[in-house]
Amino acid sequence: MQRIIYFLIRNKNFILFLTLLSISISLNFSYNEYNKSKFINSSNFIFSSLYDTKFTVSKYLNLELQNQLLLEENKNLKKILFNSETPTKSFDSINSIGFEVMTASVIKNSYSKTNNFITINKGSKHGIGIDNGVISSNGVVGIIDKTSSKYARVISILNIKSKINAKLKKSNHFGTLEWNGKNHRLVQLHDIQDLVKLVKGDTVVTSGFSSVFPENIPIGRIESFQLNDTKDLYIINVVLFNDMTNLRHVHIIENLDLEQLKILKRKNE
Amino acid sequence: MNSALFINITRFIALLLLQVLVCNQLNFLGSLNPYVYVLFVLLYPIGDNRMGFIFLAFILGFILDLFLDSGGAHATAAVSMAYIRPAFLKFSFGAVYEYQAIKLNAAEALPRLTYFTLLILIHHFILFTLIYFDSSKFKIIIYNTLINGGFTLLFVWLLNALFSSQKS
Repeated sequence: MQRIIYFLIRNKNFILFLTLLSISISLNFSYNEYNKSKFINSSNFIFSSLYDTKFTVSKYLNLELQNQLLLEENKNLKKILFNSETPTKSFDSINSIGFEVMTASVIKNSYSKTNNFITINKGSKHGIGIDNGVISSNGVVGIIDKTSSKYARVISILNIKSKINAKLKKSNHFGTLEWNGKNHRLVQLHDIQDLVKLVKGDTVVTSGFSSVFPENIPIGRIESFQLNDTKDLYIINVVLFNDMTNLRHVHIIENLDLEQLKILKRKNE
Repeated sequence: MNSALFINITRFIALLLLQVLVCNQLNFLGSLNPYVYVLFVLLYPIGDNRMGFIFLAFILGFILDLFLDSGGAHATAAVSMAYIRPAFLKFSFGAVYEYQAIKLNAAEALPRLTYFTLLILIHHFILFTLIYFDSSKFKIIIYNTLINGGFTLLFVWLLNALFSSQKS
């Protein structure tokens, strides 16, 4: 017994090291399983409030650019409004399916890692829930993944775990949008049949199948495409409309019929 | 002793804030970020309570993980770095370090550079392995380790030169 205790005392540094190492590695393992990072995330109150403080200071630095973006968006919306006799399709579809739109500011953003997350300054208190979609004035940004009362974390479209349903605007062929972790301007659209005729510059939009995003929200345009290893499906490189390195104001879309859709899906199964 | 404690606490908090608020927003040339918090582990007084040191390194890494949404990668890298530090001290400075005869900032530049470089490379290798967590991305891990490691080394060296006292 004494020997064991002596052994433990002599190797206390090594034992402490092993314990801490196994704790941190297990955190890492559970983190790499999708959606399991229970408490290691920045939607936490303490950590978000630091980012929030930084945001309140630094937001003045690029006010001009952000104003420009908002003006641009307003201009586009006005153009749609004035040029249409009847309410336009996209707005009508938002209303009829029942999507609630909220606004928030990005207080933390990253794009240089392989698992990028964005933290926004609205949380469950403001009615934001998990699996709500996040867009900016130019296009899709990501999907809400964690919420606390005042903050929420978004899985950016630039996250290798992110999967978003998308389609080609012209021909309505749909596929899955993923990211290979390499370039923060390019995402990849998979699962489009080789029979489809693709043209560089075609627009890719959300498909509306996943009930996270309404239909026809812009994502990007085709830059290049090649066939996959089995030569039957395309891998399409899509240039994002969004500049993911410069996000300030985002809109959160909540699908009000999500519960009903879920019940329906469960009945189907 | 008290002033050493004070210096370490200040260094801990200052490096943490510097890392989260400045260095991780740099994204130089697209994706280069220096991980300056390794300076805390590099400069921690030699011969001080080793258990406490390993634990502090873990806490530092863990807080960074919370800020940067990186799972446990920073905690693992920092705690490993803290544990293997004595071996590298011995390798770089020779056996004298055990008698606490050297002060890191008073040591010659070449052994100090070796010590910094090796530990930073090991830290970055563990960090990027855990961040990518995919054996097929070995090339990109090595590439990131070398490039980011060089960038970190530059920053760490400059910070160290800026804040070290030149008395001795």
